[in-house]
Amino acid sequence: MTALVEVKGLDKVFGGVHAVEDVNFSVEAGKVYSVIGPNGAGKTTLLNLITGLYTPTKGEIRLGDESTARLTSNQLAERGMCRTFQHMQVCMNMTAIENVMLGLHLRFNSGLLATLFRLPSMRRNEALARERAAQLMDYVGCGDYLASEASAMSYGALKRLELARALAVDPKVILLDEPAAGLNATETAALEELIRKIAEQGVTVILVEHDMKLVMGISDQLLVLNYGRVLAEGTPEQISQNPDVIAAYLGG
Amino acid sequence: MLNQIMQSRLRGVMLLGLILIFLPAFFANPFHYELAIQVGIVAATVVGLNLLVGFAGQISLGHAGFFGLGAYFSGIATGTYGWSSIPALVAGAIAVGVVAWIVGRPILRLKGHYLSMATLAVGFIIAIILENERALTGGPDGMSVPPLEVFGWQLSTFGRYSLFGLEISGVQAWYMVAGVLLVIATWFALNIIESPIGRALRSLKGSEVAAGVVGVNTTKYKSLVFVVSAVYASIMGGIYAHFQGFITPDLASFDFSIVLITMVVIGGMGSTFGVILGAVVIELLPQALADFQELEMAMFGLILMVTMIFMPKGLLPTLNSVVPNITRKKAAEVRHDSTG
Amino acid sequence: MFSEFLQYLFTGTTIGATYALIALGFTLIYNASHVINFAQGEFVMIGGMTTVALTGMGMPMIVAVVLAVILASVLGLALQRLAIAPAKQADVVTLIIITIGASIFIRGIAQVVWGKEYHSMPNFSATQSLEVFGAVLNSQSLWVFGIGAVLVVALVLFFTKTLSGKAILATSMNKEAARLVGIRTQVVLMLAFMVSAFLGSVAGIVVAPITFTSYDIGIILGLKGFVAAAIGGLGSGVGAIVGGLALGIVEAMAAGYISSDYKDAVAFSMILLVLFFMPRGLFGAKVVERV
Repeated sequence: MTALVEVKGLDKVFGGVHAVEDVNFSVEAGKVYSVIGPNGAGKTTLLNLITGLYTPTKGEIRLGDESTARLTSNQLAERGMCRTFQHMQVCMNMTAIENVMLGLHLRFNSGLLATLFRLPSMRRNEALARERAAQLMDYVGCGDYLASEASAMSYGALKRLELARALAVDPKVILLDEPAAGLNATETAALEELIRKIAEQGVTVILVEHDMKLVMGISDQLLVLNYGRVLAEGTPEQISQNPDVIAAYLGG
Repeated sequence: MLNQIMQSRLRGVMLLGLILIFLPAFFANPFHYELAIQVGIVAATVVGLNLLVGFAGQISLGHAGFFGLGAYFSGIATGTYGWSSIPALVAGAIAVGVVAWIVGRPILRLKGHYLSMATLAVGFIIAIILENERALTGGPDGMSVPPLEVFGWQLSTFGRYSLFGLEISGVQAWYMVAGVLLVIATWFALNIIESPIGRALRSLKGSEVAAGVVGVNTTKYKSLVFVVSAVYASIMGGIYAHFQGFITPDLASFDFSIVLITMVVIGGMGSTFGVILGAVVIELLPQALADFQELEMAMFGLILMVTMIFMPKGLLPTLNSVVPNITRKKAAEVRHDSTG
Repeated sequence: MFSEFLQYLFTGTTIGATYALIALGFTLIYNASHVINFAQGEFVMIGGMTTVALTGMGMPMIVAVVLAVILASVLGLALQRLAIAPAKQADVVTLIIITIGASIFIRGIAQVVWGKEYHSMPNFSATQSLEVFGAVLNSQSLWVFGIGAVLVVALVLFFTKTLSGKAILATSMNKEAARLVGIRTQVVLMLAFMVSAFLGSVAGIVVAPITFTSYDIGIILGLKGFVAAAIGGLGSGVGAIVGGLALGIVEAMAAGYISSDYKDAVAFSMILLVLFFMPRGLFGAKVVERV
């Protein structure tokens, strides 16, 4: 197996503080790779670096055989990377399905002239996009909200909507930032099922999560961060027996 | 679903068209026509500005600059250099679009108050140039502009014309031009909004970060909507120049920029029919307040302030939420109103 | 040559000091509430016009000044209470329009009460001007510098030594946290608007003998204050002062060496230039976007 995402010597400094320091790891295609660690360990910063929202202070990030540390998030989306957010980023000024259609932006766009005159090509594209978006909403389990405003949806439904939008990009790799936060046990179980389904379709998953049961259940590989540095890396079994990790989590 | 939206959009434009057709029944004199023409031209401008401010969430406090540039381009090209009107309007739109693109790229990186500051500065600079390049623009005293020339007709407000055997006056002919332009401007704006481009624009307001991670080139779309709204302003500025027959640098002034954005906000940001209503209200309010004489200005400020405090979402969206289901055709409109 | 330069420098720093005071008013309100108060210029107008009107009625200068400053501060308070506070959840643009509505309202009233004429005010001192290295220094400029400096020192003391000042600072840094430690943020907001109106009116009074005053002088002075605050970086006190002085000096130099027709264009180009390279102004806080 080859590495799909590779991170080498990654550093991010905010005003003198190392949020991420000398982080190295690689994620193989088709795997579920989780990043865990206490609050403030630099997990979200790491995700923001990989997805182009922050520029690294030092180090390299590779997607496939391309160095991506200087690319913007929309250029990364073009290369098959998408993500969800810990603090949800749903466009509340749109309907639910429009949010998912936004995710289809790269595939079903139309030119300005076709748009101004609403040419048949554009209308066909819109119909296809709407159909695909509806499928995706069904797939993640928020098919009940096809005609809803985003602002009228529950927290759990919005989290799934964000996931549908990310899937709409048709990503090779999807990064999920605490998808289970705020969900109850039933919802978390459904989420686990969903992530499994996504991974089975060959999409690489990078997961940041606090829910240990979820993480241990679905991850192929784990990375433990503490104070911005890598504390350990390994399979769920290895990690659960690692004394450093146990010490960090139990506040040693 | 798609069909439904298509229909609601069509219905909105048809209703607008019907209102425009029957409105002259209430006009008692040429002054009413002139007022209506003026409202129509400015309304079409704010329909364009609304794409930028209401839908994409980017503030512009200098939009009159583009209106003024368009007006002067038409005025100078037709008046000084003898071009005919339509090529002048088109060339003006292209020129202003290029100007907007060049200044837009660096300033649209700015956010919030810094963006409003920068657009304000651009508007001011344009107004100052128009005021001081006397050889070209006539300076603060302004310049006269020849009548609009369409298909060989010289469209003057004082003229008389026959259309399909019907005798019509100059203001009536102008009313038709302004009405048709407003309908086209509205139609284009609605088409943009209900499209992938429109979704990309709305996502800039909804969540710029989300837009980026799903592949929307946010820089490109900000530039695009800035240029499109500037082109709207430029064309309507050119039309306005021909209609008035005389232009001054006031068309590019900060005051007029504020008037334009006020129309957008008071009508309802992100509601195309709302901002048309906003243009009507703001243009007609001074007429209604004329009885207050010297208190007119204070009354205007007071009404503006009170309306915005009690209807922060603007007139039409507030009306729509108070009387739901009465104006079904605006359902699609209201959906775009942002809460944020 | 040098005397010419010095002359422009005097003119520029004088008007710049006025801009700085107005910009400080913007900064104060921005810090407390994240609102850009487009009615800031009207406080400047109220200061100058009230003083002119009251002295015109035969009142001693000092009494007129005190009353003018009180009137402006009350107006600031009223603006916050009646216009800003009720519009809690409004959009940024909506708040801009509300403050613009307020400024049109105040200007409209001023126009009715005081008319549309330009009014002049005598210099504070009997001596009209001094000569320094061949350049003329208006005696009023010294008053502008002096009062400006006193106000800045007073503000620094206010923010570092008094509880009210610290409460404003705390609220600007984190409103929720300030509320949690028992700061009444509504009172803080009122205070910020009052102090801001106070600063604006003082600026309007000290500059009136130099520039004349009229009911509509607040528009351009308010805008210049906003430009100065933005150059300095919104929310930065030092930035407001540096921005104000820089703006005044650049304007005076542009008027002297380039063309007075284009002095405002130079000022506005300067803000564009600053923002191109420093999107948050000279001293604006660098913020990392949290997602």
